[in-house]
Amino acid sequence: MLHYLFKRIMAMIPMLIGITMISFAIIHIAPGSPADLLIQMNPKASPDAKARLRAYYGLDKPLPVQYYYWLKRIAVLDFGFSFSPDGRKVADKIFERMPVTVTLNVLSLLLIMAVALPLGILSSMYQHSFLDKCSTVFVFLGFAWPSFWLALLLMMLFGVKLGWLPISGLTSLNHDTLSLLGMAADYARHLLLPVLVSAFGGLAGMSRYVRSSMLEVIRQDYIITARAKGLEERSIIYRHALRNALLPIITLLGLSVPGLIGGSVIFETIFSIPGMGQLFWASAMSRDYPLIMGMLVIGSGLTLMGNLIADLSYALADPRIRVK
Amino acid sequence: MSDPLYAQQSDFWYRFAQDKLAVSGGLIVISLFMLSFLAPYISPCDPTAIDARHVLTAPSTKHLFGTDDLGRDVLSRVLMGAGISLKVGFFAVGISVLIGVLLGSIAGYYGKFIDMVIMRFVDTMLCIPSFFLIITLIALFEPSIWIIMIVIGATSWMGVARLIRAEFLSLKQREFVLAARAAGAGDLRIIFMHILPNALAPVLVYATLGIASAILIESALSFLGIGVQPPTPSWGNILTAGKDNIEIAWWLSLFPGLAILITVLGYNLLGEGIRDSLDPRLR
Repeated sequence: MLHYLFKRIMAMIPMLIGITMISFAIIHIAPGSPADLLIQMNPKASPDAKARLRAYYGLDKPLPVQYYYWLKRIAVLDFGFSFSPDGRKVADKIFERMPVTVTLNVLSLLLIMAVALPLGILSSMYQHSFLDKCSTVFVFLGFAWPSFWLALLLMMLFGVKLGWLPISGLTSLNHDTLSLLGMAADYARHLLLPVLVSAFGGLAGMSRYVRSSMLEVIRQDYIITARAKGLEERSIIYRHALRNALLPIITLLGLSVPGLIGGSVIFETIFSIPGMGQLFWASAMSRDYPLIMGMLVIGSGLTLMGNLIADLSYALADPRIRVK
Repeated sequence: MSDPLYAQQSDFWYRFAQDKLAVSGGLIVISLFMLSFLAPYISPCDPTAIDARHVLTAPSTKHLFGTDDLGRDVLSRVLMGAGISLKVGFFAVGISVLIGVLLGSIAGYYGKFIDMVIMRFVDTMLCIPSFFLIITLIALFEPSIWIIMIVIGATSWMGVARLIRAEFLSLKQREFVLAARAAGAGDLRIIFMHILPNALAPVLVYATLGIASAILIESALSFLGIGVQPPTPSWGNILTAGKDNIEIAWWLSLFPGLAILITVLGYNLLGEGIRDSLDPRLR
């Protein structure tokens, strides 16, 4: 297992280098350099100050050298300072936003699994039944439904028409005056719609995947064996089929991380939730180069971590992977 | 009719015609095409004509879908938006198929070091949250319909590349490739004339589903305000007005959203239908 872990981590290194190279390249092929933007914002800057700024960003050196310097700094998570008026460290700004986004995504993944597993299992057990057909319709609708439109409709229904739920932010105005329990309830009320919306899209894909994975496993010889020796259906489905059908789901969960992180831009912007997605949106709109580069690298880093965790859980669950 | 290719194709059409969902997907797509071509002739009003006296009026017989915050007829704007969506969908997917086919066939055909470099690049691109990449690129350049198509295409070719590479890996071992080489065909000729035509069927499925997702991405970008820029109507940017007037004008949110839903549904049904009909074992 340790050997496998080591191999996986070694395989991540070229990917990390690739990610930094792509992020670096994108920022530098774009018209206008970071220093130009800063200089534009301050028309009184003297030529001397401009030269100093260029030197600070290493813009007077050739590109590969610039890349090397930048790489050396981000190796210790030093992404420089944000261009925004507060001028804070990029790493600080990103890491303080991370818990909100990660919580939201973990909650929505839990919700996805809680609904998709039973739905997928049932529609594979009763293939072509009424339930199976309903779930197929639901899956097609789920794939096609634009998440931001769903958000809009739910806001209209629960926020405006019924007035049951708040439609923006993470806390109410009187949040600080509430009791501990009240605070938790306040968070829950604010998170309910965003989590629902972000789970909806993934739900369709996941329940379809569970279904087809189950259908495949049920046709295997060892399931026929289990039937032949007279095991009851429950035990066949849950002890023999499900465990094997779930293995590929682990990989799928790992692969869904970049989509979740990217999708958080939409949810957090619509519901005004102060997470990474909203920060990224703000940084892209104000062309805050250090922040954009930091977000690209850290967002991709999170994806790599997700993949690594998925690979390791797969190896833990399936000994065949470890040996290979 | 002993031609095996013909038999295969008629099998395909037979299975396709049996699949009700696939046929309805196809019908949706065809009607969308017709609507987008006919839009200039059947639109009740000029989609960009501002009418300050009829701002945010509810659906009526004069304006079937109501009017927006500038008094423009929503039905005409939704109709006009159909053409924009189709354009973005097709061009973006065209670009992504072009890049994917090129890189995938080079990787699959030459193998070894070239394959490793290209596939590492694919893995890396898959790691970067593509929505981050799209927003960054659009923010750095100016948002325009062309930039959107290029950016969506440039961030969604990885699946095609993997697909084509896998096909090439198995096809290049076949006798007909050997025969072509023995006959003196060069690499380029073998790649494009002999292997590629045999590897394109799965790409068709991928492309159809890709159009659906490109339309979804475009509408999301337009909704966020960095996609198609007003006054050009797009389903996404009509929805933005819907969000701004969420408390008074439900029709601004309902109709463009439905249009996106039906369009994406149509392409998805068509794509899945083609896949099932190409290879019934996958059903």
